Amino acid sequence: MSDVVIAGVGQIPVGEHWDVSLRSQAVRAVLAAIKDAGGLKPQAMYIGNLLAPTVSHQSNLGALLPDWSNLTGIEGITVEAAGASGGGAFRLGYLAVASGFVDTAVVVGVEKITDVVGPELERAIAESTDYDYELAQGLTLTAQAGLVMQLYLHQYKPPREAFAAFPMLAHENAVGNPFAMYRKPISQKAYDSAPMVSEPVNLMDMAPYADGAAAVVLTRRDLVPDSVSHPLVKVSGSSVASDTLALHDRSDPLAFDAARLSVEGACRQAGILPQDVDFFELTDAFSIYAVLSLEAAGFAPRGEGWKLGLDGTLRRDGKLPILTMGGFKARGNPLGAAGVYQIVEAALQLRGEAGSNQIPNARRALVQNLGGPASTAVAHVLERVNG
Amino acid sequence: MENPRHWRIRKQRYALVGEVCPHCEVKIFPPRDVCPNCGGEAKTQFAFSGKGTVFSFTVMNDAPAGYEKNLPYAVALVKLEEGPIVTAQLTDLGDQPVEIGMPVEMVTRRIRDDGDEKGIIVYGYKFRPAFASQH
Repeated sequence: MSDVVIAGVGQIPVGEHWDVSLRSQAVRAVLAAIKDAGGLKPQAMYIGNLLAPTVSHQSNLGALLPDWSNLTGIEGITVEAAGASGGGAFRLGYLAVASGFVDTAVVVGVEKITDVVGPELERAIAESTDYDYELAQGLTLTAQAGLVMQLYLHQYKPPREAFAAFPMLAHENAVGNPFAMYRKPISQKAYDSAPMVSEPVNLMDMAPYADGAAAVVLTRRDLVPDSVSHPLVKVSGSSVASDTLALHDRSDPLAFDAARLSVEGACRQAGILPQDVDFFELTDAFSIYAVLSLEAAGFAPRGEGWKLGLDGTLRRDGKLPILTMGGFKARGNPLGAAGVYQIVEAALQLRGEAGSNQIPNARRALVQNLGGPASTAVAHVLERVNG
Repeated sequence: MENPRHWRIRKQRYALVGEVCPHCEVKIFPPRDVCPNCGGEAKTQFAFSGKGTVFSFTVMNDAPAGYEKNLPYAVALVKLEEGPIVTAQLTDLGDQPVEIGMPVEMVTRRIRDDGDEKGIIVYGYKFRPAFASQH
């Protein structure tokens, strides 16, 4: 089997795009990715999206988006896996090309949150929890994170202020990312005085929901046009795992088992260990989830993931850089698109095109996209193709 | 919330009715078709005592539509005496700070309303500090 490679990437800035529609956001990212891939024409489009049916009252994006991208006739399917929809769509694109049934696929993650505001948006997003037994009690994704963080603080007694390291790192790295929503550093003081959203989760512990669209073109290595001059990135490991949807159905809510299983699966396929990667794009939708992801992937013992934020390990010049382009916290969290942004950002690093954020000699990345409190976890290993 | 859906899960919501697995005897809430412990078929109803302890909790300052009137409110993971954990709002707290390990008991309360749109007021379980039952 020929390598499955990322031949092109495209993204629009993450933010509040009041004047741009769901479909226009997606089309812009798709066209940018196809152009970057030397004009390769896809035979399939896989779409990551969470909210279109509720917030924009629009389903069947699998027909709409190929249509508006001037690709009418191709295969088009939407993947929904809450915050992991983008990673899930990428997984589907990978499977399609790896199987040989599809030569070239475009994967697009798109989210349009600004079609509604306030409590209606909170409810639409919270419908990705267990509707009958979690949302029915007034729970939101942020409240789930609050429950998890409270338990963590109780069980392991880390200093509360240590969690500041994660949003501070994200904001520091977003400064150099022109597609990020918040390109300003934040201070420990700003963190400590941030208003409480869902105790103990404060405003700086949660990534802001935002509009966005990102796309990649996947193909077989031998099909990449000669006109493509940038380095190629191959997908060497791909894995998805699920856990209980409802947090209360887990005997150990701090374990993030699906996060662990997806990393193990992707690394096994790639023939590497997690510590063999040059950086780790994880899901910091909430700072506590960044900590639990580090622990689940085996980078820290249980209860000690927060310590990695304090000693420089996770910075761009550290041993295990994370959130290298700003993460969810400072790039912004366009839910169903976020997983594709992660892939685009990792690909730019591996291509050596990450500008002032470039990690020297970045050759291999681990990318993990979580839906909810790791109810779904998607992990990919990406590697720069030699030569 | 839509009428058929509310009607369908009323026993769970009003009376904390779950199941006991006929194969491994594990108590299950909410009821499922398959026992999460042994994988056997589970159909035998079981009414929980409603007694438990706070396993974790959060205090929410932003609510989804339909819940804004309660703000700010506390939601907990409550570990029931019989084993399962449920997500539920805490109520009747007064000035008492919530703590992990705090004993609580189930009460029936209004949990949301759909305003003028559908006019349904949904009642269901919440949990209050266990000592409150003495009053």
